[in-house]
Amino acid sequence: MSNKTWIEKRKNLVLMVRIFLAVCILLLLLDLVIHRHELFTWEGWFGFYGFYGFVACVTLVLAARLLRRLVMRREDYYDR
Amino acid sequence: MTASLPPALIFFAGALLVALAPGRLRPAMTMLVPLVGGWNLWHLAQGGGLEVALFDIRLELVRADKLALLFGILFHLATFLACLYALHLKDRMQQVSALIYAGGALGAVFAGDLITLFVAWEIMAVASVFLIFARRTPRASAAGLRYLTVQISSGLLLLAGALLHISETGSPAFGAIGLGSLAGILIFTAFGIKCAFPLVHSWLTDAYPESTPTGMVFLASFTTKVAVYGLARGFAGTEVLIYIGVAMTMFPIFFAVIENDLRRVLAFSLINQVGFMVVGIGIGSELALNGAVSHAFNDVLFKGLLLMSMGAVLHQTGKINGSELGGLFKTMPVTTGLCIVGAASISAFPLFSGFVSKSMVMVAAAEEGYWIVWLLLLFASAGVFHHAGIKIPYFAFFAHDSGIRTREPPLNMLLAMGLSAALCVLIGVFPSLLYGFLPWQVHYVPYTADHVLSQLQLLFFSALAFAWLNFAGLYPPELRSLNLDADWLYRRLGLGMARRAENAWTKAEDGGARLAGRGGAWLLDAAARHYGPAGILARTRSTGMAALWIVILLGICLILYYL
Repeated sequence: MSNKTWIEKRKNLVLMVRIFLAVCILLLLLDLVIHRHELFTWEGWFGFYGFYGFVACVTLVLAARLLRRLVMRREDYYDR
Repeated sequence: MTASLPPALIFFAGALLVALAPGRLRPAMTMLVPLVGGWNLWHLAQGGGLEVALFDIRLELVRADKLALLFGILFHLATFLACLYALHLKDRMQQVSALIYAGGALGAVFAGDLITLFVAWEIMAVASVFLIFARRTPRASAAGLRYLTVQISSGLLLLAGALLHISETGSPAFGAIGLGSLAGILIFTAFGIKCAFPLVHSWLTDAYPESTPTGMVFLASFTTKVAVYGLARGFAGTEVLIYIGVAMTMFPIFFAVIENDLRRVLAFSLINQVGFMVVGIGIGSELALNGAVSHAFNDVLFKGLLLMSMGAVLHQTGKINGSELGGLFKTMPVTTGLCIVGAASISAFPLFSGFVSKSMVMVAAAEEGYWIVWLLLLFASAGVFHHAGIKIPYFAFFAHDSGIRTREPPLNMLLAMGLSAALCVLIGVFPSLLYGFLPWQVHYVPYTADHVLSQLQLLFFSALAFAWLNFAGLYPPELRSLNLDADWLYRRLGLGMARRAENAWTKAEDGGARLAGRGGAWLLDAAARHYGPAGILARTRSTGMAALWIVILLGICLILYYL
């Protein structure tokens, strides 16, 4: 018997990712059913929030990688 | 009217008693203080206030209106939870300074005039720094001194602004001030420093993570929230705050993604959350202000919870860098679960507290037509989830197994986290509990189908982005490193200039000394020539010679007299 916990087993990880993806798709499809009382027109576009959240996070991480090139220093930078 | 004391006074008296008490009683006494304070606060809420006269100025030590009371309740609650969290401590310095610090915060939010506010402001600055010093490392001492310098500067600006304001208006009352005068600008800057406005924020991200595991829970609860209160009281509806606030929500998330010290990640996230409050104050509508102060309330609870969970990790393992942690869920499952509740709350998941307060600010921004602001806030919301909601629990408790095997933290830490988590969920599920205390009438309904759906879509697709970036290897790994920030200006550039100036001074001093040495030698030579043993003034003369000279002088006098 392996020492791995439930969450570490590849089989279970794949299962969780599948459930997660299914929830994402379900949330996207709910856009067709639920009516929005939008304050801005773009809120009514199909999948706006999902798309925006995804793009925002990818942009955030890619920009942070660039920022790291600019500001990252050795841990003892100020001590020298 | 029932008799009640200024809330701050109870905390100061409590701090004194705790300082004198024997070690075994001290922890329990620290917890008693916010309880007694809470009982007093209840009486205070029934109506009352306290005024004293200082010379010819009337000082309003206690003004208990709805805005002050909300923060009063919050600070009592925060002190209670943090004291419970710190119950295992035997460190008198931390126990006493934490109570004085909390008392200062209460003094500030109940202060009805600028002089009382200033005094409380400085008490907070001085008391809080000991929570950083208490780490007792050289790094913490240095960071504490930098922190104190900034805090005291903020206090001096407040004092200057307050005195100018009093001389202009003739009244010390602390009400709406605005940016119309120099006094207003000075006070605004003082608040801005404590609020961690961009470019004057780095005292927070520099010093807070150097404090003790328990100290940071106190620190994150009071200073910035008092500043938020000050802005809400004095500068509601000041438009520039909207843009400052947006900048505060935006820039920290980039730093948070690449920061290795997980408590420093939370410090950046603290600035980000305060940014939402500042935007709300800048918009200034009732909905926005309610959103700002209720978010301050929730932030103290969920940020406190997250900091407690990271403090527990630091307390148990002695490590806090993402690069050294991971896999702790195996040995700290309860802490993991409670941390996830905090993460869900800060990310504004439906049924958790952030959901019912942050959205008020967002809706207010949309209602007033600030569409760029709204889009940026939405970006920041996704970013919060990314760095605070996912990164913190993921890198501490999951990710790669670091091999660290530890235990759950002491029971009192678990209880404090459990209570905080319960409050986060309680407020998230029954928002009316919080809305009832808000200073203005609340007409806002957080739980509508479209709001819940929008938020879930935003969060799930943000999580999807995290998962994808992680699988694709695009996610920046946790590295042992340090990131430059605005504190570089004074820690490197300023220090470099100071060192160069010091060098120049040393050189000038050397040159001066050499010049003085040469000049001195010449002077000595000259003196020796004249006064030395062979000098003209050192020659000995006989008494007769002197008598002769006296006779000559007398003769001259006599002749002159006759003439």
